[in-house]
Amino acid sequence: MKTQWQLFLAFFRVGILGYGGGPASIPLVHKEVVDTYKWMRDEEFGDMLALANTLPGPIATKLAGYIGYRVSGVIGMLNAILATVLPTVVLLIVLLSTLASFKDIDWVKGMTAAVIPVVGMMMATLTWQFFDKARKGMGWIQTILLTVAVFVFLYILNVHPGIIIAVLIATALLIRDKKKEKGVKS
Amino acid sequence: MLVYWEIFMAFFIPGILGYGGGPASIPLVENEVVVRYGWMSVQEFSEVLAVANSLPGPIATKMAGYIGYEVGGVFGAVIGVFATVAPSLIIMIALLGVLYKFKDSPKVKRLTLFVRPVIAILLGLMAWRFFFESYEGIGLVHTAIIAIASFLLIERIKIHPAFVILGAFIYGGILL
Repeated sequence: MKTQWQLFLAFFRVGILGYGGGPASIPLVHKEVVDTYKWMRDEEFGDMLALANTLPGPIATKLAGYIGYRVSGVIGMLNAILATVLPTVVLLIVLLSTLASFKDIDWVKGMTAAVIPVVGMMMATLTWQFFDKARKGMGWIQTILLTVAVFVFLYILNVHPGIIIAVLIATALLIRDKKKEKGVKS
Repeated sequence: MLVYWEIFMAFFIPGILGYGGGPASIPLVENEVVVRYGWMSVQEFSEVLAVANSLPGPIATKMAGYIGYEVGGVFGAVIGVFATVAPSLIIMIALLGVLYKFKDSPKVKRLTLFVRPVIAILLGLMAWRFFFESYEGIGLVHTAIIAIASFLLIERIKIHPAFVILGAFIYGGILL
């Protein structure tokens, strides 16, 4: 029982204090899991993080679920995920429902309209970060070529983005490695 | 019943394809929710994203929970979050040994590398849609003022995004 409470508390704190989405909350998870409750050693945590990064999907819940499972089985897993997800989802639903009930008032319309460019700007910044990481990983020329190709498939041939990503994932896995252990960059 | 299946699919696909954590799956979610199923307009989606960004916690599950709730009530919210979280978590727990062997493989490093440009394009076009929507709604001048001001405040002066969104609310409440 005590373990469950600690699990809940650890991931509740991570969920409620982590700003900027899941990846930003990884250091908080590390602090709770390695420093505060000592459920894992530092190297173990690093290994787990590397594993989690080989899989798609949100990182925060992958970590919460896995750590919860390691510490106390399926109940621990569900507990840790609920603690991560529930508080802010409920908060979001309450906030947006309140906002929606006033949406026909003029100044509320102004408020919601003014926030769109802010989100646009945030997404533009995120876009740049993703491009920048891609460029650092494979260089300008390949990044631009791949970008143009993807753009053509997405918006001229109207292929679902899921299919494009699935093909790229398959390509990444099927390319034969030139040499073992020599971080191939193609 | 159909609507629950659609909610599941709308979040399952971003959950298994979004490499790079929750933020990477946002444009994929937008593609399903706005473009494919038409549950929300671009404007509504950007409002949800704005408020979600001003709250703490992982972004992908916040979006899944709220949109699931809007479309299919509490059960819809549960399905949305489940579809986002479960697939990759189950793989992680079930295939731990196998994954461990491959974690330093160049193949795995290439995965993220290859998917990144796609996510970048999807994000960029989503940003473009938000700006265009705003241009049609409140005009070029207001859109530019708010976008430039928020860029300077968040990226240069490093003010917390939640305060910038609050500031935009006040600006809009008074001036628009």
